[in-house]
Order: sequence, then C-alpha cells, then structure tokens
Amino acid sequence: MKRPERLWLALAAAALVVLPWYGLEDTVDAVLALRPEAMPALGQAAFGGCFWLLPLLLAPALAGWGVARGRPRLLVAGGVIGIAWLALEGLAIIHRGWGWDFLSVLGPAPTQPALGWGALLFALSCAMLVAIGLARLGRCRGDVFVVAAILLTGLSILLFIGLPLLSVLASAVRDDAGHTDVSQFLHKLTDGSIWGFGCLHGGGACGSAWNSLAMALLVGVTSTALGLAFALVAVRTRVRMKSLLGLLSILPVITPPFVIGLALIILFGHAGMATVFLADHFDIPRSRWIYGLPGIAIAQTLAFTPIAYLVMAGVLQAVSPSMEEAAQTLRAGPWRTFRTVTWPLIRPGIANAFLIGFIESMADFGNPLMLGGNYTVLSTDIFFAVVGATHDQGRAAVLAIVLLVFTLSAFMAQRLWQEGRSFTSVSGKGDAGLHPPLPGGLKALCAAAVLPWIVLTVVVYGIILGGGFVVDFGRDNSLTLKYFLTAFSIEHGVGGWFLSGSAWSSFITTLELALVAMPFTAGLGLLTAWLLARQDFAGKGLFEFGTMMSFAIPGTVIGIAYILAFNVPPLELTGTGIILVLAFVFRNMPVGIRAGLASLSQLDRSLDEASLTLGARSFRTVRLVVLPIIRPAVITAMVYAFVRAVTAVSAVIFLTTAQYQLATVYIVGRADVGEDGMALVYSAALIVVMVAALGIIVLLVGRQRIGRRGLAAGNMGVGVA
Amino acid sequence: MIQTSTSIRLLAVAAVGAAWLAATPARAQIVVYCGVDEDWCRGMVTEFTKETGIRTDMTRMSNGEIYAKLRAEKDNPRGDIWWGGTGDPHLQAADDGLTEPYVSPMLPKLRDWAQKYAEVSKNRTVGVYLGALGFGYNTEELARMKVAAPACWTDLIKPEYHGEVQMADPNSSGTAWTVLATLVQLWGEDQAFDYLKKLHHNINEYTKAGAAPALAMGRGETLIGIAFQHDVIAVAKTGKPVQVVSPCEGTGYEIGAMSLIKGAHHMVEAKKFYEWALTPAAQALAPHFGSFQLPSNASLAPPPESPDLSKIKLINYDSAKFGSVAVRDHMLKRFNDEVKSLPR
Repeated sequence: MKRPERLWLALAAAALVVLPWYGLEDTVDAVLALRPEAMPALGQAAFGGCFWLLPLLLAPALAGWGVARGRPRLLVAGGVIGIAWLALEGLAIIHRGWGWDFLSVLGPAPTQPALGWGALLFALSCAMLVAIGLARLGRCRGDVFVVAAILLTGLSILLFIGLPLLSVLASAVRDDAGHTDVSQFLHKLTDGSIWGFGCLHGGGACGSAWNSLAMALLVGVTSTALGLAFALVAVRTRVRMKSLLGLLSILPVITPPFVIGLALIILFGHAGMATVFLADHFDIPRSRWIYGLPGIAIAQTLAFTPIAYLVMAGVLQAVSPSMEEAAQTLRAGPWRTFRTVTWPLIRPGIANAFLIGFIESMADFGNPLMLGGNYTVLSTDIFFAVVGATHDQGRAAVLAIVLLVFTLSAFMAQRLWQEGRSFTSVSGKGDAGLHPPLPGGLKALCAAAVLPWIVLTVVVYGIILGGGFVVDFGRDNSLTLKYFLTAFSIEHGVGGWFLSGSAWSSFITTLELALVAMPFTAGLGLLTAWLLARQDFAGKGLFEFGTMMSFAIPGTVIGIAYILAFNVPPLELTGTGIILVLAFVFRNMPVGIRAGLASLSQLDRSLDEASLTLGARSFRTVRLVVLPIIRPAVITAMVYAFVRAVTAVSAVIFLTTAQYQLATVYIVGRADVGEDGMALVYSAALIVVMVAALGIIVLLVGRQRIGRRGLAAGNMGVGVA
Repeated sequence: MIQTSTSIRLLAVAAVGAAWLAATPARAQIVVYCGVDEDWCRGMVTEFTKETGIRTDMTRMSNGEIYAKLRAEKDNPRGDIWWGGTGDPHLQAADDGLTEPYVSPMLPKLRDWAQKYAEVSKNRTVGVYLGALGFGYNTEELARMKVAAPACWTDLIKPEYHGEVQMADPNSSGTAWTVLATLVQLWGEDQAFDYLKKLHHNINEYTKAGAAPALAMGRGETLIGIAFQHDVIAVAKTGKPVQVVSPCEGTGYEIGAMSLIKGAHHMVEAKKFYEWALTPAAQALAPHFGSFQLPSNASLAPPPESPDLSKIKLINYDSAKFGSVAVRDHMLKRFNDEVKSLPR
C-alpha cells in the first residue's frame, strides 16, 4: 500500500516544477507562449528573483525521505511545513509589498501576484501527504480516506468560512480609519434600535433583534408544522394527489423569495386584488396589514415550508415500519402507535426542520425587504447599514454578530435536545413491513392545514406565472407578450439564430454556475454529515460549528466578507465565476449536512460495521452501503444546492460582475425600477426551467431503495416532484 | 452497478465543471460601475463601445452598493470608473480618497452646479445630471378617496392624508436625506423638525430604499410618495396612474456624479469614457432609456418629459454643509429622537 503517497509526492513535485505558480488572467495562452510570468515555482525562484519560494522544496524532500525510509512522521512533517510556509510567505509578501507592517525593517519589499494552479495543487498534495502520514501512524484506524476527508473539509471550511468571517468581524471593532476602537463597538452593540422595547409600551417600535427573534420563532413553528402535515399526507396516506402535492410543495423553493412578496402585494396589498374585492363587495375597509410581521410570516412560511417538507418526508420514509408493526401487534391503536413510536422517531427531523426554518427566517432578506414595512429586522438592517446613506460597516458587523448569536444558540439548543438519544430504526436486520395508516383525527387535521395552503400557493403561483403575460395585474388584465419578448426573444440575423432578449445572458450564466456548484455542494455536505455522524476525531464540535456558521450568516455579510477576504493576493478570486461557485457551495452546504445527519441518525452503525468486518474500507462502505440507503438525503441535497444557487440574491449581489450577471440580481434590478411585468416573466421562466431540471436530477440519481413490500415501495418517489 | 455509475456521473459532472471554470475568458478593457438603472447603464456602455471600440464591462448596482464595493476593494480596485448615481456617495468616496482627482477640458462647458460639484470635491468628482426632489400621487387612489391633490410641502400634513404618505428613512436612504436637508434649508432647522413631526402622523411607512415610495405609489399601495421627480416620471412611464408634483415652496435636488476610481487598472481608457460621458451626444442618450434628469452639459436642452426647470423653484442647495458627517449625524439623531420615535 505505498501507492498513494508516491502519487501525491509526485504531484507535489510537479506542482513546483511544472504548473505555473502564480495566477494569470489567461493561463492557457500564457503557458503556450512560454511567458515568464507563467513559470512554475522553481523557475520563479531561480530566474524571477522569488527566492522565498525555495523553502517549499523542503516539503517533497522530507516526504520523499519519509517514503523511502518508511517513516510516516516525515510525511506529516513535510506536508505541514509545505502548507505552513505557503501560507506564511503568501501573507507576508503581497502584491503591494509587505503584508505586515513590522516586516518593513527587512528593507524594501518584494511583491508577488496571487497564487495560481501550481500553488493550488501543491497545497492539495501537501494536505494529502499529511493525511496519509497520519493514517500510517494509526489515526482513524489507519483509514486514509477518513483522515483525508476530515483534513480537506476542515481546511476548506477554515479557508472559505472562517477566514471571510474573521475579516468581517474584525471590522466590527475597527473605525473608519482602520484603528481598533472598542468603546465604539460597545456603543453600537447596545444601541436602542437593536434592543429597544418600544412596542411593548405604546406606539413605538421594538428593536430589530427582538423583531427578528419573534419572526424566526413564528416562522420556524409554522413551517415545521405545515411541512410535517404535508409529509404525513404525502408519505402516509393514499391521497391521489401526491405528485401534485410534491410539485406544489417544491414550487416556493425554486422561486426567488422577492417575487413571492411581490405576488402577495398584488393579492393582499392596500390596492391588491383580494383587498379591493373585499372592500367593494363586503365593505371591509382596505388596510396595510400585509406590511409587517403578518406579511413576512406568510411569505416566509410559503417559502420555507417546502424545505421542512423535504426534510420530514425523507425522515418519515426512512422510519422502519417494523417498529410500528410491532406496536400494532401489541394492540396499540393508530393514535397510540403514532404518539409513542412514530413521533419519537421523527423527532430529529422535526428539530432539523425547525432549525432550518428558524435560521432561514433570521437570515432571509428578500421578504422583509418587500413586506417589512416599519417592522425592522436584522438582515435588512445589515444590508442598509452597508449600502445605506450612513455606510456604517462597523454597525453591520455588530448586527451580524447579534444575528449569529441567535442562530448559533438555536443550533446549540437543538443539539442539547437530541444529545444521547438513539433514533436508529433501519438496521441490518429484516426490514420488511408496511407503514400503518394515520390515525383518523390526525389525517383530518393534516388535510385541514394542507388544503387552504395549497389554495394560497396555487393563487400566488398563478400570479407569478401569469403576471408576466398581462399588462398590469389587477388594473389592466389584457394579455400581452411584450415582457416575454423583451426578455427572451430569439431573432434571426446575419449569422443565423441568436438570442436577442435582454435576459438571456444572465439566465444562462445562472444555470451554468448553479449546475457547477450542485455536485460540490451536495458532495461536501453529505461527506461532512457522514464524518460527523460516523467518525470521532479531535475538534469535531468545532468542525460542526464551522459548517453551521455560513448558514447562520445572512447572505449580504457573506458577500462583503468574500470581497474583503478574496479580493487581494494571496487569494484573488473576485470577478471570476469561481468566487460565485464557492459562495454557493459554502453557503448551501449546511442543508446537505442537515439532510445527511437526519438520515444517518436513523441508520444503524451495524451496517457500516458489517461492511468493514467483511474487509471493505471506508470509501467502499460509503459508496456501496451508506449512499444507496440515504438516497433521499442525496436528492434533497442536490436539489437544494441547485435551487438555492439559482435563487440566491443577497450573497451574490456584491459578487456579480458584467461577465457573471445572475438572474436574481437582474430580477431585483427590474423590480427596482417598477417593471413588475419583467420581474414576473423572468421568474416564471426560471421556475419552468428549474422544474424541468429537478425532474432530470431525480431521474439521474434515482429513488430510495429500501426493501419493503410492494405497496410501500410505490410511495418512494414522492419526496421530490 | 447503479451505485458505481452514480458516483462516476458525479465525478464527470465535477470534472466538466472544473474544466469550464478553468476556461475563464479574458478580461474586458474597461470596467464601469454604474449607479443608475439597468437600461440607461447598458445603453451608455454599448454606445461608448460602438464609438470608441473600447470594450466595456459594466456592473450595475445601487450607489450605496458601489460605495461599499469600492471600500472593500480599495487595496486592489476592480472598477475603473464610477458613472452615475446620486452624488453624496461620490463625495464621501472623494473624502475617503477612494477616487482620483481629474480636471476635464470639458469642465467649463458644464452648467454651474456641475462645476461647483467638482470644486467641492477638489476635482475628484463631477456632476453629470441634476434631479429635482418632489412628490407624486396616485390619480386612481385620489379619485377613490375623493380628496384634493396636494401641491405644496405644507399640504402633505393635512389630516385628509392621514396614513397615506410614504417616504424613505433618512437613516438608510440618500433620497430621504435630501428631503431632510431641503426642508432645513427652506425653513430653518426647528421649523423643519416641527413640520416633520406633523408629517409623521400621515406617514404610513418609512421605506428603506429611496425609490420605494414612488414604486409603492405606482402600485396604489400609498396615495402620496415623496421621491425624486424623475423617479416618479419613470414610474408614470411604465403606464401607472401617477402624477408628479413640484412643491410650491421650492425644492432641493440631487446631483448625479461621475468619478475615476483611484488605482484603476485602465486609467487611460477610463478617462476617455469620462470625457465622452460629458459630451452633449452622450448626455442626450438619457431620455431614450427612460431617464429624465437634467443634463450637465450646458449646450444640451433638457428632454421635454423632464420637469420644466422654469416651473421648479430650486433652492440654493449647500452640498458642502449637508455632505458633512457632523451635520448628518446631528440631523439624523434629531430625526430619530424627535420624529421617528413618536407614536402615530
């Protein structure tokens, strides 16, 4: 088993002597033209005057010695030295001289551009050498795959979540001139607009922190309850409209949140269709009730219920029927079976669904922006602290800290609640059976909750899908194609057919980037979930904490943080498509983790152990045993990764460039100037494309296959439309 | 086996993605940060490329977003020139040293207010258009409520408009800050705040964004919206029943500005854009893209749709005073303590 270390050793060496070390605007051309800036590290050190790159050679040298002598410690040392020196020289010498002021005692500063492909491969190889070395030393039962997975995901989380977050939090205690100023920080932290209680005693407004908390709790509860009701109807009854239900429930996720708010205003606003109808026929006075907590809560519940549904459906499907059958055999009625067996088993799902709803609501930006009225919440306050008239980045950072404290507390509470309980129900033992029918009362309750919701969803989506094809919804309902043609026309010109509509470029870029981000997001999320659920290693709590961070931070902060961290060497990524993909991957990865964890907590370890006992290594076990069983989670993660990337607004609004213009940013721009028709027609096009894409994803990945008798197996595909 | 093929598929997708990312196309020759609406921005850069052959890469954002981006990117600017958008962030950027001083040979040919703007900012920014403040009302809502149309600032505090006036929050919006500054310059500070306290009873919402009241008025969500007159006209142009009003007491204005970004990678080409944007030909493009501000080039007549300058009483707006941080902090504190915290 000497092959992997030889391979990575060779790659580390190749990274230093073959690939261009520094980043270039047009890598392929520069290499082909043998331009000096395209030289590898060794060339740069020998001819380019970059002598500080020479110590990097220590890494392959030490590791090579270690391989030759069979000493894994030297592998570890070589890898660690390589990465450490890479980081040190990269941060110390940047594009405009010394990275740290105190280095100026060394004399005039050399400069170097951002790192390129050679540096990337070098860092990767060094990390792999460390992983192999640690595995040979017996860490994680000597399993290279596990050590490498822990190391690589850990490093990437540190780099793409930890580093940006630190750079933005550092700006909280800094004033405009860049000096540390703690008193100013404390002053901003205790501000009345964050913590005020004005709404409790007459007339005034409460602080945005309390508003956010109230909103998130409300939406967390309603979306979880509705999601559970949907999942019960879809998975546990014989209602014939299951595929319709699946489709309806998926719709809000694939809609830019902004547009739901717009549709709700067209319906229930002061001059909305429903409002005017009620005023004209029933003398109900028109009001602005939709602006504020009620409107935000409805819009967010519309948007997040489907996420709760996806989580709950996955969990409900994975509950083994044999336990419920056992309860029935012991003469428990349907209610009792549900209450004492099913309910406790789906509790991790409930907790996860609530947590996701709570955090999503806290970080949501589009709906409060449209429907907030005078109800201020943290996420929009952060945005306007940065881009508003006062341009107070310190205040934005302070608000972000408050938001983080809330979301992370929710996360901790959920962990405490679940600690030390077992929710395993799928084990290697015989698992054939039928889920019992739902108790009658519960069925009626679910139907009563689900039906009005379906009606509202249908109406809202009628407006979104149809609104782009009428002149002015509610005022002038004559049909028109003008918005559609402006956005998506195709013309025949000199060079054949071309896309002349104004929306095409952003439309295609968005789909491309979302597709690229999808497998990375799902893969990284599920891998992390598996590590958290199945492996024990030092710093595991910190590891999990890190992954949740990006989910808990509102997108606007991520956007600013990414610019702060990745605009200058050593990592220069702004203006590229890569930074958008990275933002998508690390922002949406936690959903993959949540879905994976919920599924894995129901999967008995004995299955893994059986596979390991039979001589399969971890990677083979994951591939052949774990993955096939957690297919619903795989689908959830993929679907969600794709959809969230397409519909993300706040995280990318600072990162888009003309070359990488995104659909949502374009839609917001249209709605910004009052062109609701264009915004609606574009959203409708996105929705149609995403429904098609989701269908293809489900076909490609396939459905869960847990061996159960005929009837139940027919229910499996409902999880995703 | 199915499982194997799944992982192979995933790997293939990942590989294709990586290859796609590696094939990043080369960068454009000049990067324009544009602070007005999409149509106008796109029209400007397309026309510039047509005339000069210089490729442009345009990013449209709100002016506040551009300022935030400039600050975040100050060590390694991505943009070359910042065109359009309300002037205060331009002045602030000039103050922070984020933009480059430059005196254009075109400067003497510009209207007074545009030249004065360059003077105030020590030539780091220049005026390209002027937009007057005002308000508008929704004609359908007015007929439905059977009330008289407002004509003056003082009309807005009448009891029949209770809960029917919308304006932006000066804490987050430059437009609303201009309202505050205008009223103070019209009547003096104390009287202006008296007025704002009375107006507060009629306000249904302080929106976050400056153009939001105009949009809400177009949708019929509020009867009256306080905004820039060209924003109201733009909403009316989309077919909404909206009428613009220029207040009888006189009103303030914003100046749309242009700045060269300090440390721009393509300074020579950026200066070409700068010169071109001040020509009558370039400024005459605006009305074609639904923007009806007054152009800064003195030889160009204002577009017919734009509010008639002879009927607007413009106050002598003191950009230097009301652009300063100390005055702003004082006024905003007063607004938050004395006006916004009142019950309605």
